[in-house]
Amino acid sequence: MSQTVSKKDVLHIATLARLKFDDEQAERFTNDLNNILGYIDKLNELNTDNIEPTSHALDIYTVTRPDKAEASLSNEDAIRNAPQSENGMFRVPKVIE
Amino acid sequence: MSYEPVIGLEVHVQMSTDSKIFCTCSNKFGAEPNTNVCPVCLGMPGVLPVLNEKVVEYTVKAGLALNCQIRSKSVFARKNYFYPDLPKAYQISQYELPICEHGYIDIELEDGTQKRIGITRIHIEEDAGKLNHEAGCSLVDLNRTGTPLMEIVSEPDLRSAEEAKAYLMKLKTILEYVEVSDCNMEEGSMRCDANVSIRPDSNAPFGTRAEIKNVNSFRNVERAIKYEQKRQEKVLNEGGKIVQETRLFNADTGITASMRGKEDAHDYRYFPDPDLVPIVLEDKFIDDLKAWMPELPDAKLARFMSEYGLSGMDADFLVSAKAYGQYFEQAVKAHNNPKAVCNWIMGELMRRLNDKQCTIFEAGISPENLAEIVKLIDEGKISGNIAKQVFDETAETGKKPADIVAEKGLVQNSNEDELEAIVKQVLDANPAETERFKGGEVKLQGFFMGQIMKASKGKANPAVVAPLLKKLTS
Repeated sequence: MSQTVSKKDVLHIATLARLKFDDEQAERFTNDLNNILGYIDKLNELNTDNIEPTSHALDIYTVTRPDKAEASLSNEDAIRNAPQSENGMFRVPKVIE
Repeated sequence: MSYEPVIGLEVHVQMSTDSKIFCTCSNKFGAEPNTNVCPVCLGMPGVLPVLNEKVVEYTVKAGLALNCQIRSKSVFARKNYFYPDLPKAYQISQYELPICEHGYIDIELEDGTQKRIGITRIHIEEDAGKLNHEAGCSLVDLNRTGTPLMEIVSEPDLRSAEEAKAYLMKLKTILEYVEVSDCNMEEGSMRCDANVSIRPDSNAPFGTRAEIKNVNSFRNVERAIKYEQKRQEKVLNEGGKIVQETRLFNADTGITASMRGKEDAHDYRYFPDPDLVPIVLEDKFIDDLKAWMPELPDAKLARFMSEYGLSGMDADFLVSAKAYGQYFEQAVKAHNNPKAVCNWIMGELMRRLNDKQCTIFEAGISPENLAEIVKLIDEGKISGNIAKQVFDETAETGKKPADIVAEKGLVQNSNEDELEAIVKQVLDANPAETERFKGGEVKLQGFFMGQIMKASKGKANPAVVAPLLKKLTS
């Protein structure tokens, strides 16, 4: 089977997703992903020349609501589940730009 | 070696809706931290975003005003990245199928010629929260999360910092005219990123660009671009290469600095958001908005020049804010002297706006009252100096200018006999100057006019005084 995904790709995606894999896991995911993509490759056998790309399978469009503001959560409720908070805000490790 | 800069701008504009883009939280600026939040904008699991209909309307209005083609079908996409101001770890945006494309703005260059700046696209997205950096931690306020934004991306058609500023100001004016945002750069409701590169001449291919973030005023857009241009020139002149990177502008120091650790972040892995169905716009929806469109700045400028005989500079000022034009036309309707009304708006009224830091309709002078002041001058009832006094008094008390003039006896004095007495009195009081004036020292005319005005408490009609002065000194 062709290698469409390399181990390097897997490690790159893992970094973007904040995941850490050891060597064995990385090998396994590379293999799994190539199998999955190989399977999906079958779709390329279909002729889709005159078919628009599908983003959604539902035949529903433009679902909107009126622009009307309603009550929000209280600050207490909003930060209730935060592991750390300060002055009504979520406290997180310092992010350096 | 000299270089030509190539600039494109990405402008984020907060829409002035009542509620947020995908939930019913208030979209008001300035609330206590984390009080305009709900499970949707906090990114809780299992919630579903529902699009605010006004967001579509406002973006299409902006698109039409910026000469864009409106896509009949557009799709939301997820832009994936981790940052604490983004609780879902993805921003709902548009990627391949933005709602508006292929527009343009005409800007005026310093030499008076027009230049057309292309607009690549306008897409809808949600704003992120706000981070407050403290010692040892960052504090997250998610009130801004889910504020509706439109991102307006220009073509790399701009060739100087001045052009970039002109583009931005024109963009702001147009968006204000269609009432989709208050476009306040200082408060962050309009934010600008600049893509800047340089090349040896206008036929050379584009150079590598740097993206400058965090530019929050018109002046800073100009400063940031000029700095970046110089920085890149120095790198190339020293034999170096420009690196494609994101740089942060620091308004205090006036320099741009590389944002480290962002190299990876540009791999956003966009994909269509399965939570939101595509937007499909009917022709009628777009046609109705076309019919709604107000007169835009360019058209208004041309009309003000032809209909009211104003100069380009005057008309340009009056169309620079929608309210100025409204105020002007209301005043001219009450008293038809466009040039004088325009002068009063640009002069006294703008001074008052600056002093009071208020809008034109909050300054205490209604267009009708301003028109009345101009009318009193035109009818010869008050002098220009007295008019300024009446203007201040009207603004403070709200009284009608004519009433103030009557009450305080400010009517201009055109009585020749009375004025002749005053002129004589002034001449007698200044014998030395009188001799010199008689001897041909013409510049003393101003001195005497001033003294006479003072003696008459500003009420002497200069048109009557001037010939009297001449008569009595010849």
